[in-house]
Amino acid sequence: MRDVAVVGFSQSVSLRRERNRNEVEILIPVLQELREATGYTNEDLEFVCSGSSDYLAGQAFAFVAGLDAVGAWPPVCESHVEMDGAWALYEAWVKIQMGYADVALVYGFGKPSMGDLPITMALQLDPYTVMPLWPDAISVAALQARLCLDGGVMTDRQMAEAAVRDRAHAKSNPHAQVAGDFDVEGILSEPYLVSPLRKHDCSPISDGASAVLLASSNRAGDFSKRPAWIRGIEHICEPQDLGVRDLTRSRSTEIAAEKAGVGAGRIDVAELSAPFSHQEILVERGLGLGADTTVNPSGGALAGNPLMAVGLARIGEAAARITNGEAERAVAHATSGPCLQQNLVCVLEG
Amino acid sequence: MSQGTDASLTAPHTLSYTYKRSLGPLLGRFFTGLRDRQILGAKRADGSVLMPPKEYDPDTSAALDELVPVGPGGVVKSWAWVSAPRKQQPLDRAFAYALVQLDGADTAFLHVVDAGEESAMQTGMRVTARWSDEATGQITDLTFIPEA
Amino acid sequence: MSDEATEDLRVLRMPVELDYTYSAGRSASRFLRAIQEGKLLGQRCPVDGKVYFPTRGACPQHGMPIDGEPVELPDTGTLVTYSIVRVPSANIPLELPYVAVQVLLDGADTVMMHVLGECDLETVHMGMRVRAKWKPKEEWSTSVANILYFVPLDEPDAAYDSYKEHI
Repeated sequence: MRDVAVVGFSQSVSLRRERNRNEVEILIPVLQELREATGYTNEDLEFVCSGSSDYLAGQAFAFVAGLDAVGAWPPVCESHVEMDGAWALYEAWVKIQMGYADVALVYGFGKPSMGDLPITMALQLDPYTVMPLWPDAISVAALQARLCLDGGVMTDRQMAEAAVRDRAHAKSNPHAQVAGDFDVEGILSEPYLVSPLRKHDCSPISDGASAVLLASSNRAGDFSKRPAWIRGIEHICEPQDLGVRDLTRSRSTEIAAEKAGVGAGRIDVAELSAPFSHQEILVERGLGLGADTTVNPSGGALAGNPLMAVGLARIGEAAARITNGEAERAVAHATSGPCLQQNLVCVLEG
Repeated sequence: MSQGTDASLTAPHTLSYTYKRSLGPLLGRFFTGLRDRQILGAKRADGSVLMPPKEYDPDTSAALDELVPVGPGGVVKSWAWVSAPRKQQPLDRAFAYALVQLDGADTAFLHVVDAGEESAMQTGMRVTARWSDEATGQITDLTFIPEA
Repeated sequence: MSDEATEDLRVLRMPVELDYTYSAGRSASRFLRAIQEGKLLGQRCPVDGKVYFPTRGACPQHGMPIDGEPVELPDTGTLVTYSIVRVPSANIPLELPYVAVQVLLDGADTVMMHVLGECDLETVHMGMRVRAKWKPKEEWSTSVANILYFVPLDEPDAAYDSYKEHI
C-alpha cells in the first residue's frame, strides 16, 4: 500500500438557497481557496474526480460544467461519480494506490435548492415497486426512526441530544448553516415534521461545495506541513429494499469501520455525515466510538448538508483537525442511499 | 425568465422523463397479479417469502422464480405520518407511509395507509388492501386501510 | 377475454415529473440582461486575455475566476463550420432543410452555435462573413432567441488562418 494523505481542504458556506450563483460559481471560490492554501497548480494534478448529481441540477451531464472551475485544457485525466464527493475521493485514492497518480484533486458540489429535494430523493428507491408511491426522503427516514424508537434502540431524547450537540459545535464553524444553543426540553415540545421526526432531527437543505487535495508520500510535503494520512478507507453497501435490512443498526458502517481499522487506536475526532439525528446515533454506534471521541466538532450534516459535498467535507474537516494539531487520529464518515444504505469510513492519522 | 431584485435570473423548469420500463418475467407476473387484484411474493429456498418479490435472493443471490399469494391483510411494522402531501404523492389528504408485512410474507414493504388521521395509526396495527376501481397493474393500484 | 388481458404485462409506463427553479448565476444573468438590450457580452480571461462568449464565471482553460468587466462584442462574425440539417427534431421549430452554424463573433475567442437564414444552401461555406438578424426590438427578452438567425454579409471571406483554431 502507498501512503496517501489529505493535504488540503476547502469548502463553501452551506446556504439554504444560493440565490446569486450557479453550481460552477459556487465551486470556483472553493477551488481558488484550495489553490491558495496548498499552492497547487493544474500542472501538479494527475487526476481529477468529482461527485455530483444530475437529478439535483435537473439537467443531464450537469457535472461537465463543473470542469470550468478546474480548467480542463490541455485535457485532464478526469472522472466523476454520481455520488457524494467522498466516493470520488475513494476513486482518487485507488488511482494513487495503483501508481497512476501522485496528486489528485477531488471535489463535490450540489445545489438542491433548485428542486424539491425530499421528492427528488424518491428517485433513489426501487423504480418498479416503491418510487411510483413517491416516498419523500423525510418520510423514509421517519420509518427508520420509528423502528428505532419502538424497538427501544434509542429515545427521542437521545435524538434531540445529538441535534443539540451538533448545533452547539457548529457555532464555531463559519461554514455551518444551522448553529446555536438549543435545549433538549424545548426541542421535544416542538411539533412533528413527519412523525416521529421533528424539524431539529433533520439536516437542513443546503447548497454548497467542498474540495480536497490528495497526495502520495512522494508529493505530500510539497503541499502540507502536516498531512493527514489515510490509514484506512472502506465503503460497504446494503440491499436497496428497506424490508430486507435491519434498519435499527448500521451493519455496513460496522463492517466498513472494522475493515478501515477504526478500533485499532484511540479516535480523537469523528466527523459524521448522517442527515438525520437517529441515523447519527446509529453511525456513532456502528463505528464503535467511545466517550473519549469528540463527535462532529464541525456540527456534521445536521449543521449543514450540501448534498454531494457533505461527505467529502467530513473527510476534509477530520483531516483539518489533524493538520492543525488538534487531533492525532480521526475518523470520517459519508453515507448514500435511503436509511444509511451505503456507508464510507475513512481513518486519518497525523 | 423572471427578474426580481436578486442578481441572478431564475426560470421555472419541469423536467419530465417518459420512462417505460421492461418488467422481465418475474416482475411481469407480479404486476399482472396486481392487475388481477392479487399480491404475489417471491418464495426463497428456505421457504421464506420476499415482498416485494425480487429476481434474486438478496442474501444468497440465488435466482427466484416461484411466486406465492400474500396478504391482502398485514401488520404495520413502522409508519410515518405525512400531514401535507406533495402533488406527486398518491393521496391528496394526510396519510401514512408504512412498512407493511403482509400475511404470508417474511419481509415488510413500503406502502401507503389511508387512515384518515394520525391517531388511527399504531405500530402493530392490522391493515388490509384496498384496490383502485380500475387496477392496471401498477403498485399504485393498491392502498392499505385499517382492518375493520 | 382478449389475448392481451391474459398475457403477462411486459412493460410499465412510469413517468417522472420534477419541478425546478433554475438560477442562471451571476455571469449568465449578466449576459442575458445585456442581450435583452441587444448587447452581446463576452469576458476576458485574466491569464491569457482570450475573450469567452458568452460571459461565464471561470476561464475553462485555466480554471481561473473571471471577475473583470465584460467585453461588448459586435453582432458580426465569421462562419467557421456548418451542417445542413435535413432531419426533423421535435425541439427545433425550423423548416427543413436549415443550416446549423458555428459563428466566431469578431473579437471573440470562442464560437457560438446558431442557424443561418436568408441564404442559398449551395452558397454556404466556411469563412463566410455573417451578421445577426435580430427579432423586432419590442420582442426582446432575456434570451439568446432574440437573435433569429445569422445572415450572410456582402464582404470578402475571412482568411482561413483567422479562424482555423476554432473549427
